[in-house]
Amino acid sequence: MITIKKISKSFDDIKIIDEISAVFDKGKTNLIIGQSGSGKTVLMKCLLGLLDIDNGEILYDGKKFDKDNISTISNLRKQIGMVFQGSALFDSMTVLENIIFPLRMFSDNSDSEMITRAREVIKRVDLKDVDNKFPSEISGGMKKRVAIARAIVLNPKYLFCDEPNSGLDPKTAIIIDKLIQEITVEYNITTVVNTHDMNSVMEIGDKIIFLVDGKKIWEGTNHEILNTDDEMINDFVYSSELFKKVKLTQQKSKDLS
Amino acid sequence: MIKYTFTKFTKWSVLKKLIFQEIDDLIIGSIGIVAFMSFLIGGVVAIQTALAIDNPLLPGNLIGFATRQSVVLEFAPTLISIIMAGKVGSFITSSIGTMRVTEQIDALEVMGINSFNYLIFPKIISLLLYPFLITLAMFLGILGGYIASVYAGFSTSFDFIQGIQLDFKVFHIVYSYIKTILFAFVLATIPSYHGFFMKGGALEVGKASNISFVWTSSVIIIINFIVTQLLLA
Repeated sequence: MITIKKISKSFDDIKIIDEISAVFDKGKTNLIIGQSGSGKTVLMKCLLGLLDIDNGEILYDGKKFDKDNISTISNLRKQIGMVFQGSALFDSMTVLENIIFPLRMFSDNSDSEMITRAREVIKRVDLKDVDNKFPSEISGGMKKRVAIARAIVLNPKYLFCDEPNSGLDPKTAIIIDKLIQEITVEYNITTVVNTHDMNSVMEIGDKIIFLVDGKKIWEGTNHEILNTDDEMINDFVYSSELFKKVKLTQQKSKDLS
Repeated sequence: MIKYTFTKFTKWSVLKKLIFQEIDDLIIGSIGIVAFMSFLIGGVVAIQTALAIDNPLLPGNLIGFATRQSVVLEFAPTLISIIMAGKVGSFITSSIGTMRVTEQIDALEVMGINSFNYLIFPKIISLLLYPFLITLAMFLGILGGYIASVYAGFSTSFDFIQGIQLDFKVFHIVYSYIKTILFAFVLATIPSYHGFFMKGGALEVGKASNISFVWTSSVIIIINFIVTQLLLA
C-alpha cells in the first residue's frame, strides 16, 4: 500500500501538484487519470523519487519515502518495478539481457538461475522467440511486454506503469491492460497506472483518482466513474463519440426498464 | 556529477563488463582514425619543415628534430585529443543523451542504480588507456615524417634518425603524458555531462553533441595553454 499525504510540487512557481492525498491499495490496479498536463506523470515521478516533492509525505507500507536515507531508499527501489511510457528498454541489450538486468544487478544468482527466472517471466507475459532480439527489432506491444517482464522479474511489491498502452492499437492495449491487472492480483502488488485512456479505466480501474490542474478532484472505482454526476468527470469520460453513445444507450435502457 | 560518479558503486561483475565494452568503443574503436591522422600529420610536418629550411647551412638532421618535437609536444597529445573530442566526445554525448531522451536513465534510477557511476565511471576508467593511443600517435607521426622526408628526398635516413635523437629530453615525454591524462579526463566527463543533463528530443541530442564538442575542444586548448605555461615556460 502506498499512502501520499498532501504532496505538492512546483516548477518555477507554477504549481503542478497541489496538496494531493491518496491511498493506493495493495493487490489492486490504482489508476491516476486526467487530461494531458494535469500532473499525472509529475505525480508518478514524485512517487518514484525521480522528482523531489516540495511538501507532504509519501509512505510505502507505512515507511516514509526519504530520498536522503540511502540504505532505505536502495532497499525500497529494489521492490519497485516500473513500466515506462516508451518502455525504456536498454537499446544495447537483447530482450533476454534486458529482463535479466535487474537480477544481475541485485541478486547473487548464477547465470543459469537468472536465465531460468527470466524465461519464467517471459512466458508469463506471453512472449515467444524474442530472447535474442534487440528492442529495435520488436513491435511496440512486444516492447511493453518486455518492459512488464523486466519490471516483475524481481518480484516487486510495487508496480508503476506510465501510460502503458500509449501508441498501441486498441486490441493490444486491452491485452496489456489485462496483463497488468492479472499480474497485480497474481503477485499481490500495489500497482499504480497513469492513463488517460478510457478503455483502461473501464477495464482495470479498481481504484481511480482523477486529477485536474494538479488537484485531485475525485476518487472512486470504474463502476462509480460511469455513474457520477460530476460534470467535469463526465466531460472527460464521455468526451469521445463512442462513449457518448454508450451513455445514451445505457440511459435509454434505464428509462425503458 | 563527478562526486556521484565515484559513490555508490555498481556491482563489480557488471562494472567490469561495462569497462571492457567502453575500452572497445572508445579506445580500440579509435585506433584506426588515430593511426591514419597521425601518420599523415607527421608526414606533412616533415615536408613543411623541409620546404621551410632551404638554407644549406642548416644541418640535415633538423627535419627529424622538428618533426619529433612537433609530434611529441603538440600534434600527438593536443591535435589528436581535439579529433577525439569529435569522435569519442560526440559518441558519449549522443549515447547518454539518447538514453536520457528514451527514459533509460530514469529506468536505471528507478531500479536504484547510481546512473552516474553506471554510465560515466567505466568511461573514465577506459580512457585511462588513452595514453596508449597517444603513444601510437607519436610513433606513427614520427614514422610518417620519416617516410615522407626520406622517400621524397628531403633528408637521408641517417640524418632523420639522428634528428630524432638530438637533444632528447625525457621531461618532454612526461609533459606530453601529463597533458594526455588531463585531456582523457576532459574527454570522458564533459561529453558525459552534456549527454546526462540534456533536455528535449532527438534534435536536442544532436545539438548537445555539437555543444559538447565545442566545450571539450575549448577546454582542451585552455588546459594545453595552462599546462604548457606551468611546465615548459
